[in-house]
Amino acid sequence: MSQDTIIKVAGLSKNFGGVKAVNGVSFELKRGEALGIIGPNGSGKSTMINLITGFVKPSSGKVFYNGRDITGLSPDKIVNLGIARSFQMAKPFYNMPVYKNLIIPLFSPRARKLAGGRHGDRDESAIHLLEEVGFERDSHIPYKPAGSLPHGYVKRLELARCLALEPDVIILDELFSGMSMSEVAGILPFLERLRDEGKTLIMVEHRLRELFRVVDKAICLNFGEKIAEGAPEEVVQNEEVKKSYLGSEVVSGA
Amino acid sequence: MRIQAGFRKERIDRGIKARTDDIFAIASCREILYLVGPRFLLIAALLIFPLLKSITGIYWQNVLMITATIALLALSWDLLHSVGLVSLGQALFFGAGAYATGYLNSKFGWSPVLAIPAATLLGALFSTALLYPVLRLRGIYFGLITFAVPMLLMRIIEATKILGGTEGISGLTPLPGITITLYIIIAVTLVCVYGYQRLFETDYGLVFKAIRDNDRSVIAAGFNIQLFKAQAVFLAALPATFAGAFLTHHYQFVGLPAFAMDYSVLPMASVIIGGPGSFIGAMLGAFIVVPLSEFLRTFGTLRIVIYSLVLLVFVVGLPQGLFHYLKRKYDQFERLVPIEEVEK
Repeated sequence: MSQDTIIKVAGLSKNFGGVKAVNGVSFELKRGEALGIIGPNGSGKSTMINLITGFVKPSSGKVFYNGRDITGLSPDKIVNLGIARSFQMAKPFYNMPVYKNLIIPLFSPRARKLAGGRHGDRDESAIHLLEEVGFERDSHIPYKPAGSLPHGYVKRLELARCLALEPDVIILDELFSGMSMSEVAGILPFLERLRDEGKTLIMVEHRLRELFRVVDKAICLNFGEKIAEGAPEEVVQNEEVKKSYLGSEVVSGA
Repeated sequence: MRIQAGFRKERIDRGIKARTDDIFAIASCREILYLVGPRFLLIAALLIFPLLKSITGIYWQNVLMITATIALLALSWDLLHSVGLVSLGQALFFGAGAYATGYLNSKFGWSPVLAIPAATLLGALFSTALLYPVLRLRGIYFGLITFAVPMLLMRIIEATKILGGTEGISGLTPLPGITITLYIIIAVTLVCVYGYQRLFETDYGLVFKAIRDNDRSVIAAGFNIQLFKAQAVFLAALPATFAGAFLTHHYQFVGLPAFAMDYSVLPMASVIIGGPGSFIGAMLGAFIVVPLSEFLRTFGTLRIVIYSLVLLVFVVGLPQGLFHYLKRKYDQFERLVPIEEVEK
């Protein structure tokens, strides 16, 4: 394993009963790389993420983070090591104002440790984070109950929740799903900036055109197995990927 | 053409509410009264009642004692509910506190001054340890376990004849006169309401609320929620185990009734009627549920019928609870606004 490998997945498998949701998948990710995971529905993408982040325990195989074996660690420990994730079905804390949703990650053991003794005003940090992901600062939206947010904003909030943890690796599970074209267009430059700032990104996506503007590497899963890996343009040209996922439609990257 | 299609109700904050929202903006006596008045009335009523023994008679003083006990159990229930844990077995906490003080007092001769606080802590630790393995359960699954545990403990005591078996432990040190006793339990109740309310204003308390809304996102924020739930159970157990220990010395007896279902059902009914989430609602609820039940004794057999009907009216009529209703009436006024529809 080279020095700058940040995540290494080795022969990871997960069986749910007789179903092999993920079957012997391996890949490596260097610090600062952005990886896209694609594949048809039920191909094991979300399970893959749950396995890396500890929400699901693997049947076999290992996950290494910065050279350390993190297989089987509890999800809260893995988060505190620096791997933050979003959920496909993003659900805010409904009964709190929007900005209070971010107090939770800002108050987490990791965020408190990184901030040292001088965390300053968490409310102010929360508003600042919301602003970063595209909430208008002077609007009343941050103070409204999170249950009243439109879907696009819920997704942005989900992203801000990850960023509040100041993670080294950000894993986004279908961030774009349910967002309108203009909403995605609004958030893309922000993701590109994160990548350019050197954050390591893993994104599960179906919206390939947008995905390929961010990631510089992709893998494709099908029935839990890795069927292709490489630069995004190569992966979409792969015959097996075309057959199982893309159909006859040819998607050109970027 | 616009036609008027009816009216809709609009709720608007009263001017005084808007002005007093910020504590620094208080300008007049009237505004101070607006803020402090309700709290003052409540506390004053609680402090005066024990002095009226000659008017109310000892019976109603005892009713206040039970009411405060149920109020403490209701506060406990409300805290658990705020973390997303529905308890159907508040009797567990009550019984744990009751038996702990009974044992310490009868076996080691500890005076109530020592035994009650010690039993409060020990009972809470015991209950937390007992519930720890099932904290990952949610909703009704957690509720069913808490429902079963007090009954289980009752049968264990009965079968093994430990802690006095079916006889219980009697002859415990009594508390001082009823007036002082009432003041102590009222003070503890008020401190508990205040303490819980303050707790939920902190970032730490916010994590509790978040666990109830979406525990998965709390885990993804790096919290060990099992540990947080255990802390919540411990904090929630404290007033309930205190209530158990305190009432035990009041009765000078502890026995199997300490795990009775009343201690599980009445607190729940109190919170539902008073309004969950505010703590003061839980307390108000207890002050309706318990005295009402006593008051209706004059109706003989019809008591339960009338009692159920009244509770039903509350639950159907004020589903968000009495406290939230009163607060809304106090802070806001309503007016009818005509709804206009555009006819095409």
